[in-house]
Amino acid sequence: MAFTKRILLATTVAIAFAGYANAADLTVGFSQIGSESGWRAAETSVSKIEAEKRGINLKIADAQQKQENQIKAIRGFVAQGVDAIFIAPVVATGWDTVLTEAKEAKIPVILLDRTIETASDDLYLTAVTSDTVHEGKVAGEWLVKTVAGKDCKVVELQGTVGSSPAINRKKGFEEGIASASNIKITRSQTGDFTRSKGKEVMEGFLKAENGGKDICALYAHNDDMAVGAIQAIKEAGLKPGKDILVVSIDAVPDIFKAMSEGEANATVELTPNMAGPAFDALKAFKDDGKAPPKWIQTESKLYTQADDPKKVYEEKKGLGY
Amino acid sequence: MSGPRVTALTKAMPQLLTLVLILFLNYLAFPGFFDIRLQDGRLFGSLIDVLNRGAPVIILAVGMTAVIASRGVDLSVGAVMAVSGAIAATMTVAGYPLPIVILATLGVGLLCGLWNGILVAYFDLQPIVATLILMVAGRGIAQLITEGSIVTFNEPGLIFFGTGSFAGVPMPILIALLLLIVAIAVVRRTALGLLIESIGINRSASNYAGLNSKLLLLVIYAFCGFCAALAGIIIAADIRGADANNAGLWLELDAILAVVVGGTSLFGGRFSILMSALGAVIIQAMNTGILLSGFPPEYNLILKALVIIVILLAQSFSSAGGWAFVKAEFGTKGRKSQ
Repeated sequence: MAFTKRILLATTVAIAFAGYANAADLTVGFSQIGSESGWRAAETSVSKIEAEKRGINLKIADAQQKQENQIKAIRGFVAQGVDAIFIAPVVATGWDTVLTEAKEAKIPVILLDRTIETASDDLYLTAVTSDTVHEGKVAGEWLVKTVAGKDCKVVELQGTVGSSPAINRKKGFEEGIASASNIKITRSQTGDFTRSKGKEVMEGFLKAENGGKDICALYAHNDDMAVGAIQAIKEAGLKPGKDILVVSIDAVPDIFKAMSEGEANATVELTPNMAGPAFDALKAFKDDGKAPPKWIQTESKLYTQADDPKKVYEEKKGLGY
Repeated sequence: MSGPRVTALTKAMPQLLTLVLILFLNYLAFPGFFDIRLQDGRLFGSLIDVLNRGAPVIILAVGMTAVIASRGVDLSVGAVMAVSGAIAATMTVAGYPLPIVILATLGVGLLCGLWNGILVAYFDLQPIVATLILMVAGRGIAQLITEGSIVTFNEPGLIFFGTGSFAGVPMPILIALLLLIVAIAVVRRTALGLLIESIGINRSASNYAGLNSKLLLLVIYAFCGFCAALAGIIIAADIRGADANNAGLWLELDAILAVVVGGTSLFGGRFSILMSALGAVIIQAMNTGILLSGFPPEYNLILKALVIIVILLAQSFSSAGGWAFVKAEFGTKGRKSQ
């Protein structure tokens, strides 16, 4: 008696689960890199939110920064017969074999946040990434508009030497200010994308530029370095955001806190919502077979003190940055 | 050349000369290098930056000197800094009072050191392997504590450890100085220093002489963990947040380098805590100089490597009796250059 009851219960549960799986018309496997940074964590949680909005069943596999784990996860997704696979590739090369397997199983693959080098572009449907050069350009153009022709000496906190966002954000910013001869980058050093190095390097800049009085603006390749530098500016007896303008990239919650306190001026968002556009492209592809362009560029939105930073801070705080 | 004080000074000559040379180069690169003024009741200047930024490495170097003198090495100090910073930050955010936060954090540092010490002293693992375990795992533990994000805090008491000052002197410098004085007094006013040197030179001979080398090693590694926790608190307080991914990253190498530049041999034995601290200051003077010089960042590491090679060569030349040789050869032929 008890045994039949248990079987009945098990069957009911199984049916309930099957019903749930059917309700989501798509199942997507997402091979995420791991939890390397706050942004990455936010990307994961935004992906979940976006999937839920669309009623998509999203399976996330954490690769703990290892390509071999990603390859295993992708093979697992292929074996499960998911409708699509998203990959945030940890490295650029070595994907040909596993992507060919996915292709043979007729499962479309979408790359998120980073691109890869493959023998043929056919191995993936599209790549959703931001344009890091464009991000730098947006920051530069904001500065040109804000100083409005006045002479302005800029100090720059670069990202990790040789990393592609550091190279591209530098290049983009230089393009952004190229038209304005009044703006000059006088000092540029690496702060390794970290708060403490950002603070230490800014201390050096402040000393070297007449106690900071000659500096008109700080451009940091990410918000974390800017947050560190803001403290250095305060300790030097200057007002960040007023005496020295602060513009950076990424739009993490803490920079909005600084903006709401008037200590930072602007940030360019590297959106953690890479999955949203990917889901849309996938849906269009599944519904009417329309192949998206090979590259979908995400928006690089500029936030300033006028954009109610306090509210944005509250919104972003819960995303796991 | 008589008396221990004169010999100590002669021995410190290569390091002192290097420091003077680096400070002079910094002055050439940036004429305002020696300017110091008061800013909001706090000393402000490049020279203060050198000491202030160097303080965490000085603190690490104090513990590392003892470990290296015992013929060991502790690769985990950077990771222990990250763990302790994470604990201090999360406990502060959770609302624990400051004394408990500090005690708990230092306690965790001690525990980490004890773990290393047990592996080295009681399980006879090679120190480089034993501490490598915590070097890798520690950062993971720190990330677990902070859940992968930077935990920021606004508790003035904790922040004081990083950016506060007493009588104009920044707290990190004071903490480092206090630790230096206490550590030197303890190892040199008691037999402890001698015992550490003896197990570094020959552990089994020390055992036969009746020394409890296991317990001593345990204490040494625990002390090193304690120092790492202290440095971790300062680093976290400085940026008002615990950055598990980056706090103390590669600082174990800077600490080892400081000890080596200070003249303590990696093969254990004779050591000098003061000279290790001097080594840490030399490294930081170089770092600060590079930041002030305006060289493109691509040159940072190359410049650093060049200076370090020069220091180590000068040291090796000097300890091999190079100056005596120069004197004997050229001393009689009138004035020698240098």
